[in-house]
Amino acid sequence: MAFQRYKFGAAGIGLMFGFSMSITLFGPANDFRSGVSTWVGLDKQLSLGRVIGFSYEDPLVIGDGKPIVVILDKDPKTGAAIDPPQRAYVYSAGIKFSPGVNHPELLGPGVRDLSEGKGQIAQANMATGAVFTIGKDEFNGEELDYIVNATAVSGWTPAEVLSAAGDENMRYVGKGKTIYITEGCWWCHTLLPEQTQDWQFFGAPPFLGDMNGEMPTAFGSDRKAPDLLHVASRNSSREWMTMHFFNPRLVQPNSIMPRFDYLWGKKDASGNTIDFKKWRADYTAYVNGKTIYPPEVPEPARTAEVRALIDWVLTSLR
Amino acid sequence: MLMKYLFAKNEEIPAGSATIFFGFSSIFWFVVGTGLGSFNAAKLAFPDWVTGTELFAFGHMRQVHVLAVILGWISMAFGMTMMYMTPALGNTKLWSEKLGLWTVFMWNVGLSLGLTLLWMGITSGREYSDLIWPIDLVVIFGVLLPLGINVWMTISHRKTQGIYITNWFFGACIFMLMIVFFVGNSPELFNLTGLTEAYLTFWFAHNVLGLWITPVAAAIAYYTIPKLTGNPLYSHRIGHLHFWSIIAFYSTPASHHLMSAPLPEWLKSFASVEGVLILIPAVAFVANILLTMKGKWSLFVENIETKFSITGVLLAIPLNMQGGFQQTRAINWYVHGTGWIVAHAHLALLGMSSFLEAAAVYFGLQQMLRRKLYSLTLANLHYWFFIIGFCTYWISMTIAGLMQGAGKIYEVPYIDVVVAEHPYMIARWAGGTMVFTGNVIWLYNMWMTAREGTIVPSGRYAHELAYER
Repeated sequence: MAFQRYKFGAAGIGLMFGFSMSITLFGPANDFRSGVSTWVGLDKQLSLGRVIGFSYEDPLVIGDGKPIVVILDKDPKTGAAIDPPQRAYVYSAGIKFSPGVNHPELLGPGVRDLSEGKGQIAQANMATGAVFTIGKDEFNGEELDYIVNATAVSGWTPAEVLSAAGDENMRYVGKGKTIYITEGCWWCHTLLPEQTQDWQFFGAPPFLGDMNGEMPTAFGSDRKAPDLLHVASRNSSREWMTMHFFNPRLVQPNSIMPRFDYLWGKKDASGNTIDFKKWRADYTAYVNGKTIYPPEVPEPARTAEVRALIDWVLTSLR
Repeated sequence: MLMKYLFAKNEEIPAGSATIFFGFSSIFWFVVGTGLGSFNAAKLAFPDWVTGTELFAFGHMRQVHVLAVILGWISMAFGMTMMYMTPALGNTKLWSEKLGLWTVFMWNVGLSLGLTLLWMGITSGREYSDLIWPIDLVVIFGVLLPLGINVWMTISHRKTQGIYITNWFFGACIFMLMIVFFVGNSPELFNLTGLTEAYLTFWFAHNVLGLWITPVAAAIAYYTIPKLTGNPLYSHRIGHLHFWSIIAFYSTPASHHLMSAPLPEWLKSFASVEGVLILIPAVAFVANILLTMKGKWSLFVENIETKFSITGVLLAIPLNMQGGFQQTRAINWYVHGTGWIVAHAHLALLGMSSFLEAAAVYFGLQQMLRRKLYSLTLANLHYWFFIIGFCTYWISMTIAGLMQGAGKIYEVPYIDVVVAEHPYMIARWAGGTMVFTGNVIWLYNMWMTAREGTIVPSGRYAHELAYER
């Protein structure tokens, strides 16, 4: 066969590749833009902050620069009871806001209008900090959830809300998800129930507006363990979670999950040094049938990483 | 020695230096990557083995295994083949040996740094694009751009009339990979969020596989098989059907990885149809290579490089049959997220792709070192450890995946699936360890080839010489 010179060559590659890129990138981008944030989506982005993983505010990926979720049962300003208790998302001075606050177009039509209008999110100022809540209102005949800048609307300051709530009502959700990412929980657990019989056990798959402003989504692709998207609805026991993270085989003898005892740090809740070596020896004795009960799992300290991880699981994965 | 050449004049660097450094780096990363894989697999079978240390936790090492193999072994083996095949096919010299050496240097430094950070947990939290964005920029501008410049310049300085199919793939795939890296990591660079981020994560993951790892591996076979058998390629026209159908079809099915996510339904259906069209380039490639073997099938048994190469081509058959159909809705709902997919991914990377690259690295290193392979026995040991280990892994994970799928569909409590999978997890670990052992043998064999292999006279090919051991 005689040699034939291509008439198009590199231009052909450019044309074909450009065509497929525009179908796979510009096409879906239009659909994504119309996604209207749900309550889940707003809750996620407000409790996780700007970004999880490597970033300017958290270069070592240890959960720095994240907001704190507070469960409020009374108004920090007036003292009036709030029933049922409401979530407030506290951004102390200098903490970067979640993407939807700075770029309201991410919230989707309707939610954006409510958040900018009634929610007054444009007045939120990073230098002084802000407290956000989620409101509900009607927009063009449709009930929508939207972001409320409680600092502007109700005059709540971050310091007031934190002191009114106290540590037992604080949830370190952003730090918790950071640990979920760095410890690689998502290599085995997914956050994406499938459109199959998964519904029966793991609950409904996420909706279009459930992810607006979340980064990274960390769906996971390789399921070696149960889906976690709604795990706290199935099991909301903090005690169970604590035992399970310390050594999963304490509560599920056949589990292949790694032990996460190193997330306890050096000291327990009462400030005593945790003797891991003795714990392991006692546990081995228990496994071998030498003792009847396993050793007690140490109570995690207030600042322990595992506390934040459990906070995230119990608060966000419902 | 690498340091000395980095600052030498281009003319003073012996031809083939870049190939040799690339080749040994790739084998080194293969040993590292499979070693980590074996260690990780052990933890899935025996969860209480080595615990209590953050750095040896499964979640800290799994992604290091994946990226060491993709960016260390496979991509560096690609770099190596580009360093010697591109000039050979253009009947010319490599455009810049020095730039090639700088590429190896930057690649090893960047990858070591990125993987160390990843191991410590400093990650972007996005599957396959786990590397943090500063490292992504190093990959794009410090590694892919110099590699691309070298390949594109060598092709344009060719002394042949046309461009052989292998060079079409090389030139186009580096360009497309740069685009894929940039767009795929744009969520980190520009803080894109939500479904856009999720989609782009798997857009990246799919395109790295579909526009880099499988087509470049196939391109390598278009060189090695005609070279080793002495037969001309069966058909250049079918080769071009392969090339153009990859560009047109396989750059689009990214969203078939997210069939359960709330992506637009038109996108999923489109991706599904385009995904089945992988069969066009796949059949073109496999048929073309197997027909090139006509009359020379004895080499499949007698010649170690051909043995590796043809094994890779044959593994492309189940790979594409699985890949084309498992992503359709009819099958995906059953196997999605199970060990079946893990088996399929290893069939692509450890099976089809790695066998083709191993052949090219064997061939190219002997050619550029001008040394005959040190030991055929060790090479055969490598082959059998590799193929038996791989098959053990692939079959056990496929079975485990089908069980997992059944458990998912018939609503079996998850822990029962874990219990049932346990024997297959042990088999997976055993298979992975065999592959790792084979690679240690390979590294030793290649090292001894560089030191003590019989010198190949100029004008001859290494595979034309008889073995002395």
